[in-house]
Amino acid sequence: MKPRHKRLLLVVVALALLGLGATFVLKAFRSNLVFFYTPTEVFAGQVPQGQAFRIGGMVLEDSLKRKDDGVTVRFAVTDSIENVPVQFTGILPDLFQEGKGVVAQGRMDPQGVFVADQVLAKHDENYMPPEAAEALERARKIKMESE
Amino acid sequence: MAVFFFLLASILTVWGLYVGFFVAPTDFQQGESYRIIFIHVPAAWMSMLIYLIMSFWAAIGLIMNTRLSSMMAHALAPTGALMTFIALWTGAFWGRPTWGAWWVWDARLTSELILLFLYIGYMALRASIEDPRRADRASAILALVGIVNVPIIYFSVQWWNTLHQGASVSLTKSPSMATSMLTGMLVMALAFWMYSIAVSLIRVRRIIRDREANAAWLSDSSGVQ
Amino acid sequence: MQWESISDFFAMGGYGLYVWGSYIVAALCIVIELLDLWKKR
Repeated sequence: MKPRHKRLLLVVVALALLGLGATFVLKAFRSNLVFFYTPTEVFAGQVPQGQAFRIGGMVLEDSLKRKDDGVTVRFAVTDSIENVPVQFTGILPDLFQEGKGVVAQGRMDPQGVFVADQVLAKHDENYMPPEAAEALERARKIKMESE
Repeated sequence: MAVFFFLLASILTVWGLYVGFFVAPTDFQQGESYRIIFIHVPAAWMSMLIYLIMSFWAAIGLIMNTRLSSMMAHALAPTGALMTFIALWTGAFWGRPTWGAWWVWDARLTSELILLFLYIGYMALRASIEDPRRADRASAILALVGIVNVPIIYFSVQWWNTLHQGASVSLTKSPSMATSMLTGMLVMALAFWMYSIAVSLIRVRRIIRDREANAAWLSDSSGVQ
Repeated sequence: MQWESISDFFAMGGYGLYVWGSYIVAALCIVIELLDLWKKR
């Protein structure tokens, strides 16, 4: 075999290996592409059955209740179409708030309650000083009242 | 010339950090933890940009068979890897207090981690091939294959459900940040840019020198026999 | 200016560990890269 052919073969083999590697990476990647499911998808049964998964959405306003033991909380996750009740025992992240984004990992119990073992706060891409946020909130309320 | 870029980088860093820590106000949701943004976002931008420029030079080297462009690609890789590492590290230190987790396997974080592996793979491949011209060609192919990852990183927050929030600054909409916060971030991005240019210039000079010394030594030793 | 004192600045509203943990490691990375370049002079 001429050196040139050998080189060509080497490149072809390297490319084939790379392609194979990329396929594996993408395959592994696919299972994580859907980081969370929305409440609507939960009700439509589009979630993995009998195994842990994540749900994401907003924490429904006025839904946060603390149980008597002090560490177990219940709240509802909403995508403004469906609500899923969630139960979680543990410390909530700093940014966890009603009306804000949340991603919870866990599984559905037979009563239709999502029992979470991890709760993550999902914040948005807006950055502003507190005074500006208050002004926006005031403006929003005025607009809502006038409608 | 590198000195000039270092100087620019230093001035911009002082300015950027001053704006970031003393002018920019507290954030309404994240409090002071958001100040990590002034290095996180510039590092993440640079990690992607350097990969694009590195692949560009690698491709030119492969197609036109020019040594200098391959050496440029070679010189950019370590800085790109460093920027990726900084983006991942600061991201973890930002994710912990805000999301409640150091790391999650969402599409944005996973693809940025793959970028770090691509940089490391590129450098390892180069190091494993003794003949620099062959190393140029093999690593160029790796760089070009890996380029598909860059748009995946950038658009992951739009294409899929991720924990990572969307872009605050993009070409398609006005920035969703208070002006002084945005100023601090953009100045720091410029500082990172200047730093990367300075470091790559010095490194490419070293690479040129080493390669020429090596080539001269090779021709010398063959001349003796 | 939002800082009342130097200790207030270092505390970063309770996020000191995370903010400084990011900045110090980023600075270290840059120092290591510069040292490495200097060594290969």
